[in-house]
Amino acid sequence: MDLGPYILLATLEGAVTAAVLALTAVGLSLVFGVMRVVNIAHGEFFMLGAVIAWYVANGLSGHPATGFFAALIIAPLLVGVLAMAVDMTILKRLNYDPERTIVATIGLLYILQQGALMTYGPEARPVEAPFNTRIALPWPEWGETGLSFYYPWGLSTTSYKLAVIAAAALVLLGVWGMMTRTKLGLVMRATQADREMALAFGIPVERVYAMVFGIGAGLAALAAVLIVPIQQAHYLMGADPLLLSFIVVIIGGLGSLPGTVVAAIIIGLSDGIISVFFSPTLAKILATLLVGLVLVFRPQGLFGTRAA
Amino acid sequence: MTLLSTRGLSKSFDGLQAVTDVSFEVAKGDIHALIGPNGAGKTTLVGMICGRVAPSAGQVIFDGQDITDLPAHRRIMLGMAYTFQITSIFRGLDVAENVALAARRRHPAPRVAEAVAKALRQVGLAPYSDETAGNLSYGHQRLLEIAMGLVQQPRLLILDEPTQGLSEGEIAGFKTLVRDLKSETTLLLIEHNMSVVMETADRVSVLNAGAILAEGTPAEIRANAAVQAAYLGTSDA
Amino acid sequence: MSASRVLVLHLGLLAGLFALQFVLPAYHHGNLARIMVLAAYAVGYNILFGYTGLLSLGHALFFAAGMYGMALMIQHGGASPAPALLAGVLAGAVVSGLLALLALRTTGVAFMIVTLMFAQAGYLTILYFAEWTRGDEGFVIQQAQRVLWGIDLSQPTARYFAAWALFSLVFLISLWLVRRPFGRTLIAIRENEERVRMLGYDTFAHKLGAMVISGTISAGAGAAYGLLFGYAGASFASVQYSIFPLLWVLLGGAGTVLGPFVGTLFMFYLIDLSSGITSAYMLIAGVVLVLLTLFAPQGLVGELRKRIFRGLP
Repeated sequence: MDLGPYILLATLEGAVTAAVLALTAVGLSLVFGVMRVVNIAHGEFFMLGAVIAWYVANGLSGHPATGFFAALIIAPLLVGVLAMAVDMTILKRLNYDPERTIVATIGLLYILQQGALMTYGPEARPVEAPFNTRIALPWPEWGETGLSFYYPWGLSTTSYKLAVIAAAALVLLGVWGMMTRTKLGLVMRATQADREMALAFGIPVERVYAMVFGIGAGLAALAAVLIVPIQQAHYLMGADPLLLSFIVVIIGGLGSLPGTVVAAIIIGLSDGIISVFFSPTLAKILATLLVGLVLVFRPQGLFGTRAA
Repeated sequence: MTLLSTRGLSKSFDGLQAVTDVSFEVAKGDIHALIGPNGAGKTTLVGMICGRVAPSAGQVIFDGQDITDLPAHRRIMLGMAYTFQITSIFRGLDVAENVALAARRRHPAPRVAEAVAKALRQVGLAPYSDETAGNLSYGHQRLLEIAMGLVQQPRLLILDEPTQGLSEGEIAGFKTLVRDLKSETTLLLIEHNMSVVMETADRVSVLNAGAILAEGTPAEIRANAAVQAAYLGTSDA
Repeated sequence: MSASRVLVLHLGLLAGLFALQFVLPAYHHGNLARIMVLAAYAVGYNILFGYTGLLSLGHALFFAAGMYGMALMIQHGGASPAPALLAGVLAGAVVSGLLALLALRTTGVAFMIVTLMFAQAGYLTILYFAEWTRGDEGFVIQQAQRVLWGIDLSQPTARYFAAWALFSLVFLISLWLVRRPFGRTLIAIRENEERVRMLGYDTFAHKLGAMVISGTISAGAGAAYGLLFGYAGASFASVQYSIFPLLWVLLGGAGTVLGPFVGTLFMFYLIDLSSGITSAYMLIAGVVLVLLTLFAPQGLVGELRKRIFRGLP
């Protein structure tokens, strides 16, 4: 394949990564923005989503679509409820102290990850996509007869991948709508702006926190269900989404949702394109250094403003 | 002789002018009070003097030396001491260790214990030296703050609202303490309580809306119409 | 607690550990040697976290800097153990100094994430240069290369003694340090940094010093671990090895001299016992972390100090 079609392919793959990453990172960003909690176990909620999706899809007989769509609802719900329970039993009792909650969520990371190892096991298992038509893509060519199109070998995507991008966009629109148009969103923004004031106005801050932590984890789980027909479910799969979400949230400006989405798209797309030129390990080294340096020299994020 | 002076000191936060073009002088050996209504910019001004806030413009001169660009800890080493408006002690450490931390910067190691004991006696906290600082009463914590300033044998002791939250009896004790200190050091007193200012200060500077409104002896300030309008008439004092 | 009783208690621990080698069965003898080296790592971590109040999530970078600084010198530089150990310790000092210059510009949560990210970059760098480091697989340091001043460190007795000597050294350093004005200033920084600054201390320089001392001790432990047990691998640079010292110190008691050893001892045996039952032994680490943050943030020795031995350093 020539470089041109190859980059188009990498861009398409990158768009899928970006879509899933945006969902995961918005979950992390929401939790940090409203609760000021850095959830190190966020990647494990992602992993749980994928694992539960496998259980659901495997437990239901019939067309693969039945299992998948059931998982799409059940996995985020279960993970969301679990996260709310974690918030109420652990985080609340720590008074959301930033450093202690980080230590506690590190503990939670190991509990969830190792719990999955004990029950689900060390294997990687796939979930079948509900539909998966291969779509070949044309590429323009200047020939003797002028502009023409041909179908380079290997330049293709699937209907499922396009659906993932669309679904993620839809959910993100939903989150945005929730934050700006609903009472819950208003309450969340009020709590984010000033916790004490929100308490004084009678906003049930504790319940808001539980909801936010549940929604944040649910978004990660949803992202995982979407990706699990492409990747496989594995108990260690939470590490990469956690790292990437961190990168996105920090570069996009801590707690800023639009910044997070923009950063997710940039990181997701560039991840696909960079991996064409660099080894994945080198790309990760550069990414982690970038996050560290951004936090040191530009803590408001690359797109944020200081007073935010 | 002037110990501390500022020249055209200004500070703006995000376009908001907190302190504008303040020039004033503190004479060596004086008790100099800085007063002004809430939001007048006292804390910002003092923050610039002791190095906690970087000025937007102007200079701070201490004992003839321009210290505008020195970091806070270097200014302290030149002989400034600062006590916090909101009690800021080491709550988890014992009283003697609180003062010793302040003393170690100033005294050679063998003299630290002696200096600590003296400072605690001066403020009347000697009986509590082994107590955990966080367990002291609020008034005693304020005194501990002052002891931490005293033990440094500063040439300029900056007391930021030292009587805030003290009882009448404690305030009376504080006035005596301040008068006693006059022989040892120069004091810059940021104070809300007018009786403390009137009874102890040699000179008073009045800050209003970020600028110096008036300056003079306590009697002159009391008689100043502009000050009365801006401050005395509207304050709770 | 009086100064002399404190000294007796701490020296008593070292004497007891020295005596134990004559009575312990081989299995626990080997374990305790390992525990003492890891506890030395925890002692280093405690200086930054327990005494200065800076929670690093990146100490594996220093541990690995020591381990690889030592191991690469032996493997590719043909060095003998003594200069190799020195190289490891120096590597840790340099790496911790550089990271400190960057990370200390941040505080709180940002400091945690910055240290985490740079340590992760270090881990990935070890993987990236797999040609030299053998990546995840790591490499064995041959017995012949582990003879220090005529002592074969692969022999259990020599190894135990070397581990004891290392632990005693860093343990006494930490006991001495926290009673010196420098150490007391670190404690004050942990309690109230702004106040320390306004007493005329250069808090940045103190934190820098604490981080370099902490990183250098951690690197010394890493170098010793590689030399005594004859292996260097990338897993020692992974996040898990940054979490471990945090876990040990939290369990034993942050900001106590005894805590790091007590925490390492308990956690080592807890994981050792549970790994006999399940492969998911890190579950125990997770549960202990959560329970500690919830119910005993002071750790074992910290609770003891609060209840019984007031004045324990």
